[in-house]
Amino acid sequence: MNPTLTTATAARVLAQLRADRRTLALMLVVPCVLLGLLAWMSRDTPLFDRTGAQLLGLFPLVVMFVVTSVTTLGERTSGTLERLLSTPLRRTDFLGGYALAFGAMAVLQALVATGFAVWVCGLEVRGPLGWLVVVAVASGLLGTALGLLASAFARTEFQAVQFMPALVLPQLLLCGLFVPREEMPRALELVSAVLPLSYAVDALGSVATTVEPAGELGADLAVLAVFVTGSLGLASLTLRRRTP
Amino acid sequence: MMKYAVRAEGLSVRRGRRQVLRDVHLAVPVGQVVGLLGPSGGGKSTLMRSVVGVQAQVSGTVEVLGEPAGSPGLRHRVGYVTQSPSVYRDLTVGQNLRYFATLVGAAGGRVDQVLEQVDLRGQVDQRVADLSGGQASRVSLAAALVGRPDLLVLDEPTVGLDPVLRRSLWRLFAELAASGTTVLVSSHVMDEAARCDRLVLLREGRVLADDTLPALLARTGAEDAEGAFLHLVDEADADGPVAPDPAYHRRRR
Repeated sequence: MNPTLTTATAARVLAQLRADRRTLALMLVVPCVLLGLLAWMSRDTPLFDRTGAQLLGLFPLVVMFVVTSVTTLGERTSGTLERLLSTPLRRTDFLGGYALAFGAMAVLQALVATGFAVWVCGLEVRGPLGWLVVVAVASGLLGTALGLLASAFARTEFQAVQFMPALVLPQLLLCGLFVPREEMPRALELVSAVLPLSYAVDALGSVATTVEPAGELGADLAVLAVFVTGSLGLASLTLRRRTP
Repeated sequence: MMKYAVRAEGLSVRRGRRQVLRDVHLAVPVGQVVGLLGPSGGGKSTLMRSVVGVQAQVSGTVEVLGEPAGSPGLRHRVGYVTQSPSVYRDLTVGQNLRYFATLVGAAGGRVDQVLEQVDLRGQVDQRVADLSGGQASRVSLAAALVGRPDLLVLDEPTVGLDPVLRRSLWRLFAELAASGTTVLVSSHVMDEAARCDRLVLLREGRVLADDTLPALLARTGAEDAEGAFLHLVDEADADGPVAPDPAYHRRRR
């Protein structure tokens, strides 16, 4: 991996995002609107304090997944990926550049969404707010890594977008947001244990309910890191220099 | 001193069930403009992709600048421009070229030089999406020139350009060749043949001829490249047609 080429690629991806103001606005505003809605509909109940923090992990996953898979698909279909791979740029530089760019976007999104949830909607968490941001960024990186992988299996943007409900909605249903994971039928509990979003939601739950969550978070973050590197590794196999 | 920038021997390529190139032999001398001519669907793009090293299912040998095609050592020495512009439409001309300059390790001032060469100085701050088709394809060409490649592989770079621009691009190719760059350029417009130092005529995956235009005209008795091509096609057909491949006439890609 070459740091100059990786950061140049990250800067290029961010420049593309900056050129698309509407997408940028949607990435930052939509999570706040949804958190606001949840806070409003659950006023006078403990629902918001319980699920508000956990939702902070869902937005970066969904948003980064869609944006990354569509952008990378564009690279594959427009011929820019083929051109990039015929230059000294390596696959790891390409993947690293994307992870860096969307990781930075995830930090920005997490800061805005967490700030809005805490200071505007009155979300109360016991643990340090910084951990909310850390987990949200990990979840954003997961979305980026899965998006890079999914783009290899889509031929059109329609297909790329359809991968979102196919890959993300089952995780949302089984992650423990609706029914605590240990109360699910055994088979589903086992399935939820191999889905990465479960660990992000679990980690955010710990921050919400524990004053010193660092110990509990470590294991969850480690699992997320394995999923991110695993997906990036699989994605790198789909970046072929030679194509039929 | 290396004599040939590209040497292909027994090059065959399959795409799916179709044999796109059959036993191609080719030698591209260093510092010349070599035109790859022939009808579309004849295998020109596939041959260029094999030279660049991005084509899968290649058999035979392809040697580029003394190394096997696609070797890591060639990645900053070979510039490749695909038929449709492969640059970022949502970025400006300048942003695109600065990115590609960084990838090949070119100095910052190089971007201005190539913009001058492709006559796009005035468009540096415009987004590629807002440019005309001809301007966008010149951005794509500039992105390949920025690394001062020793070999430039150009797939139909003059399609859709007006005559004045076409002339200025062919002049640019000649200048590049004079400074030692080898230019392998494809076209399906036969009247561009006169601009090339050598011609490779490709039809149905086979090389019909690999020679200079005057030599081709002398051999076939034709008056222009098109006549020479048709003569060679008739000659090849008279020698016994190639066993027809049922999938052959299907439109590729």
